[in-house]
Amino acid sequence: MSALDLSRWQFAITTVYHFFFVPITIGMGFLVAGMQTAWHRTGNEKWLRATKFFGKLFLINFAMGVVTGIVQEFQFGMNWSDYSRFVGDIFGAPLAIEGLLAFFLESTFLGLWIFGWDRLPKKLHLATIWIAATGTVLSAYFILAANSWMQHPVGYMVNPETQRAEMKDFAQVLTQPLAVITFTHVITMAFMVAGLFVAGISGWLLFKGKGPDVARSTLKLGAITALVAFVLVGITGDFQARKMVDVQPMKMAAAEALYETSAPAPFSLLTIGSLDGSQPLWSLEIPHGLSLLATHTWDGEVQGINNIQAQYEQQFGPGDYKPNIPMAYWNFRLMMGFGFVGALLALWMLWVTRGGRVPTSKWFPRLAILSIFMPLLGSSTGWIFTEVGRQPWVVFGVMLTASGVSPTVSALQVWTSMIVFTLLYGGLAVVEVGLLMRAIKIGPPETVVPNYPDKVGEDRPLTVTY
Amino acid sequence: MELQQIWIILIAVLWVGYFVLEGFDFGVGVLLPVLGKTEQDRRAMLTTLGPVWDGNEVWLLVAGGATFAAFPEWYATLFSGFYLPLLLILVGLIIRGVAFEYRSKRSSATWRRRWDLCIVIGSFIPALLWGVAFANIVRGVPMRPGDFGNSLYDGAFFNLLNPYALVGGLTTLALFVTHGAIFLALKTDGDLRVRANKVAGQVGLVATVIAVVFLLWTQLAYSDKAWTWALVVVAAVAWLAGLAMNRAGREGWAFIFSAVTLAGAVVYLFSVLYPNVMPASNDPALSLTIWNASSTDYTLKIMTIVAIVFTPIVLAYQSWTYWVFRKRVSPSQISDAGEGSLDLPHEKVQA
Repeated sequence: MSALDLSRWQFAITTVYHFFFVPITIGMGFLVAGMQTAWHRTGNEKWLRATKFFGKLFLINFAMGVVTGIVQEFQFGMNWSDYSRFVGDIFGAPLAIEGLLAFFLESTFLGLWIFGWDRLPKKLHLATIWIAATGTVLSAYFILAANSWMQHPVGYMVNPETQRAEMKDFAQVLTQPLAVITFTHVITMAFMVAGLFVAGISGWLLFKGKGPDVARSTLKLGAITALVAFVLVGITGDFQARKMVDVQPMKMAAAEALYETSAPAPFSLLTIGSLDGSQPLWSLEIPHGLSLLATHTWDGEVQGINNIQAQYEQQFGPGDYKPNIPMAYWNFRLMMGFGFVGALLALWMLWVTRGGRVPTSKWFPRLAILSIFMPLLGSSTGWIFTEVGRQPWVVFGVMLTASGVSPTVSALQVWTSMIVFTLLYGGLAVVEVGLLMRAIKIGPPETVVPNYPDKVGEDRPLTVTY
Repeated sequence: MELQQIWIILIAVLWVGYFVLEGFDFGVGVLLPVLGKTEQDRRAMLTTLGPVWDGNEVWLLVAGGATFAAFPEWYATLFSGFYLPLLLILVGLIIRGVAFEYRSKRSSATWRRRWDLCIVIGSFIPALLWGVAFANIVRGVPMRPGDFGNSLYDGAFFNLLNPYALVGGLTTLALFVTHGAIFLALKTDGDLRVRANKVAGQVGLVATVIAVVFLLWTQLAYSDKAWTWALVVVAAVAWLAGLAMNRAGREGWAFIFSAVTLAGAVVYLFSVLYPNVMPASNDPALSLTIWNASSTDYTLKIMTIVAIVFTPIVLAYQSWTYWVFRKRVSPSQISDAGEGSLDLPHEKVQA
């Protein structure tokens, strides 16, 4: 394999891995903050116990997000140096701002929250988790604005002399509709992930009778959060699909493996057979479905892959401008499928636990745990879809992925780093999941009401240590 | 002053923040088996870092992001050129960060020993390699022209392992370890505090010798400016003052002076480089400078406004965090040092 292919594999491995921790962190930050707020408001200690329990899970996950995030920032320069020099003027700015505005906020205030139980006054301590959660959302905004620029570059000009993209309008980079829509889609998705993370674990706890009073409330909180988020994910996804037709028609055509421009266009649910443009052996289609999805009209025209390919050849010169169609097609379906199944499981968990019922079926805990993975896999396949669908471009219409790779980094070097990261990440996954399972098995702690000082800095015995 | 000049100063400031703050994290990490005689000692040491280590590390992320935004040519050439050392640094930072968060979750001695090893290795490698990397930048590296009038690193991994760079690496390692010991003397209590103070003095002497060699070598071989002698003197005087304060048991002052030394060293290296950011050892025409590596004025202007508004805010709340956790951590306070917060019932340590 060439350094280019290896660098793509490495970026995929490290990014997909990192992106498992991201939505959990974003959503859980707010849910834990919500639980602690509920304790403040109601005085009911079950919410304090929930805060401590889910806070522990949140932090085990957060640690992994932090350390895998460092790699993300470094590997643009390490593996994609021609990309970095080309886009630095534009892409670097949101990245640097993300660090200054968001990473500092998250890390500092989370440190205050973890160790602040006996160091900060009660209200101030609550504020720290809200501020940390806000930091995660800010971080998402800036990185998604940067990514949206790669999907749909705006507010820039390429300087022919330096062969670098130069920023002309930063406000446009930050506020272009695609960035705003993508942000809302990702954030609502993060809430669905966190909602089912909480609900699924709570379902298991309820079944096992570990802290059932806590688990019953958190199951409801998690499942309702996931359901509301699911609806919002759908609405924002609809906006995003239509934006995609507008700015990246090839991605939408690839998502449907729609080779010929069609009006009306059907939505393909499943296909058995090849996706190479020859007729499928068997395909389940919703007539007019894609027209509705893409254009919100019954008979709207949706462009096909072949037409767009011909158009791009005229525009950009000879070349293959198709992404990997099966990857785009299947990841798009898996994304939606996982989302639907997750929502159904959330609804089902609410139903079988309604009115104080305790489920006894041995399937309940299994499906509860399974439900955690549904939105998580949905978010992962969705992200893979959006990145694969942009290929062969790294900056859509401006720079090919193949042109972005580091010219000085050898295949041997990338083999080395890819193997190191894969083994390291694999090992850490085992450790992390092991710790999460321990924490879940132990269950919500007994109530220990924190010994909050009246003002910052009062001398207190130390209760939180590393 | 031109925007490029403002930005090289800001990036130097970010590295100052990083070396001063994560420098002591690295030092504490390396000293974990040396000063941590008992489980209580080790947990007290880690607790001094617990609330702050992650925030300290963000200085590196912002320095990296700011380099990307302000000097993309430098970011691209440096990060792809120093590929393997950066990989090692990343691995170090990953295992160290996870180890901080996970090591005390279980009481198992094997579990803790393994994570402690991760903390030591994960602190040692970056502490050494940041010095190696900076020394190589100052020394200059072989470069060749790229396809776009840019300059690319034109060496191999072993080019980076030269005597000067190794002295540079040992300098940051020794300075960070001393800085960490001084930090521990300031932040802990009891016997641990006394031993940290002693180790700071001992490692401090070794660091003095190595750092003097490094600074003189740098000044004589790689600096074309006489005025950078002033910074050598500032760093040296601050260091000696720090060691004297450490000896006198004035821990706060010792820490301030070792911080000033690290700040002085960073400013010194950037000053020696100026206006280069990555000089080419084979052909000065290929050197990356603040002028040919920078972003456009438009981007720099926006970034300047953002930096001016938000850096003081960050400094304010990060300082406040240090104030909140200003109390010393005494090993004797940690009565349940052997217990893990995620021990299963049958694993609970029998008191």
